[in-house]
Amino acid sequence: MRNKFADTLYECGKEDPRVAIVVADISPAGSMEKFRKEFPERFLNVGVAEQSMIGICAGMALKGLQPFAYTIATFSLYRPFEFVRDDLGYQNLPVTVVGIGGGVVYSTLGGTHHCQEDVAIAGAIPNMSIIAPCDPAEAREATIYCAKQKKGPIYLRLGKAGEPVLTDKAVDPWQFGKIRYLKQGRDVCILSYGIIMKKAVELAEWLEQKGKSVSIVSVHTMKPLDRAGIEAALKSHQQVVVIEEHAPQGGLAAQAKQIAWDSKAQCDLKTFTLQDEFIHNYGSHDDLLAAHGLDVEKISQQLGL
Amino acid sequence: MNALNKSQSFDIEAARRRCVRFRRRILDISQTVPALHIAPAFSCIETVDLIYHGLMRWNDGKSPDTFLMSKGHGCMAQYVVLESLGILSTEDLGKYCKPNGRLGAHPDYGVPGIAASTGSLGHGLPMAVGMAYAEKIKRTDGTVYVVLSDGEVQEGSTWEAFMMGSTLGVNNLVAFIDNNDFQSLGRTSETHPTFYPLTDKFRAFGWETIELNGHDAGGLYEAVMSREGKTPMAVICKTVKGRGVSYMENVPIWHYRAPNKDEYAKAINELTEVTA
Repeated sequence: MRNKFADTLYECGKEDPRVAIVVADISPAGSMEKFRKEFPERFLNVGVAEQSMIGICAGMALKGLQPFAYTIATFSLYRPFEFVRDDLGYQNLPVTVVGIGGGVVYSTLGGTHHCQEDVAIAGAIPNMSIIAPCDPAEAREATIYCAKQKKGPIYLRLGKAGEPVLTDKAVDPWQFGKIRYLKQGRDVCILSYGIIMKKAVELAEWLEQKGKSVSIVSVHTMKPLDRAGIEAALKSHQQVVVIEEHAPQGGLAAQAKQIAWDSKAQCDLKTFTLQDEFIHNYGSHDDLLAAHGLDVEKISQQLGL
Repeated sequence: MNALNKSQSFDIEAARRRCVRFRRRILDISQTVPALHIAPAFSCIETVDLIYHGLMRWNDGKSPDTFLMSKGHGCMAQYVVLESLGILSTEDLGKYCKPNGRLGAHPDYGVPGIAASTGSLGHGLPMAVGMAYAEKIKRTDGTVYVVLSDGEVQEGSTWEAFMMGSTLGVNNLVAFIDNNDFQSLGRTSETHPTFYPLTDKFRAFGWETIELNGHDAGGLYEAVMSREGKTPMAVICKTVKGRGVSYMENVPIWHYRAPNKDEYAKAINELTEVTA
């Protein structure tokens, strides 16, 4: 996913001389090196100095550039939080804060590198949008959007590397602010976003084996949330399942329940999220998710199917 | 008399008279709205006036240069200068901190003449570095002037920006540090005994640095105009917090207090004597 981001950023940078990237001492993945070589003035490394990474991006945006701030998610959002809020949110500047490794994908690095509250935190800032692509193809669409938009700041939550493409047969195109059916069914609808979408796909396969017709929806834009789209999904399926790699508060699970209450939805709605806990565990991404209770077997047991 | 006075490029006597007027104007406002930082504004008035009247280039009311008030709580100094330039209106200042006004106790981006929202300390220099760098790569020839408080130099983000400013070589950036040796809780030199001297610290970070009397507008002007200009510049302005009103000078309570009627009269009197 980060390679696709870098490839796309390079294309955008080639097309538009205002596009710049400010990184905080993170090794340039894929085409980022090409970007650095071809547009050295527009590739800045602040070093291990994330507050100024955001402030410098704000200054560049105030002078008409279209900067991306780029590092591991905990360091691009949490460490300089007040800069993101004041410099980008309050001034409403078109800066994209890229968080690499949203969720628990840095599964061997421990809790300091897990970003399990980012959607709630970024989402609480007025003017801030949030995009969390589920695969490299969505990462490409999202990056193009971020490079062109002038509405305000965006938190772009990316995975790491090697994610499979899950959207090649999607029913709907990618559109900012709209949910997207990757697959259209009738009985069960799985709402998810980000790289945990792979679990949604697994669960859908399992449900289909049980004879269910399943929809899979990518809620790639977590803010502004497509409330109408989610409401329609709640109304058109008997069962709706949220799978989310994020704390229980302030993410999709909580907001889907809010929408269900507001719209008097009649479906069965079950949500599966990371725990509200720091889990001291290592292993693969799947191992970490399982430690939080996010594996298909456990989810299917709780669905009672 | 300073040689620069004769060159007419920056009239020091006119600047002195303006600064008296600006102080009086701020005191006037304090009698209608008590929510303002008088002493922090008084310590940097000469600097702000110099930036607008002596350093920024103006053409038809517009400047290719940028001023950023990083010590946002000193914004009264900026508001009264912007009013004198007609960029803000008298009505704007009349509605200072009022429900239907657009000026608050910290500068807000979007208001005419305000280049960025500040108020939280340690934000101005990183943004100024980003702005100066953008001017460089856009080849637009703008210079960025920023006023920092000495207290905010304690913020880690300010040091990050000092480091990055010299790394990027933004020689179109001039940072004035309003060195009044006060922060909210007392003297900065007592808060952090190793904080001063700043000159060596900024030089060590690769900035062309000079320290001088921050109320001597002529000296400031000369220092900036004759800079080498190979690197960003730090001008450490030795100032007196509350400068111009005897009972406010170096008295911490005036960081955020407005004078009562008698105090106001005394202050105006002192400033009138200076003018005479």
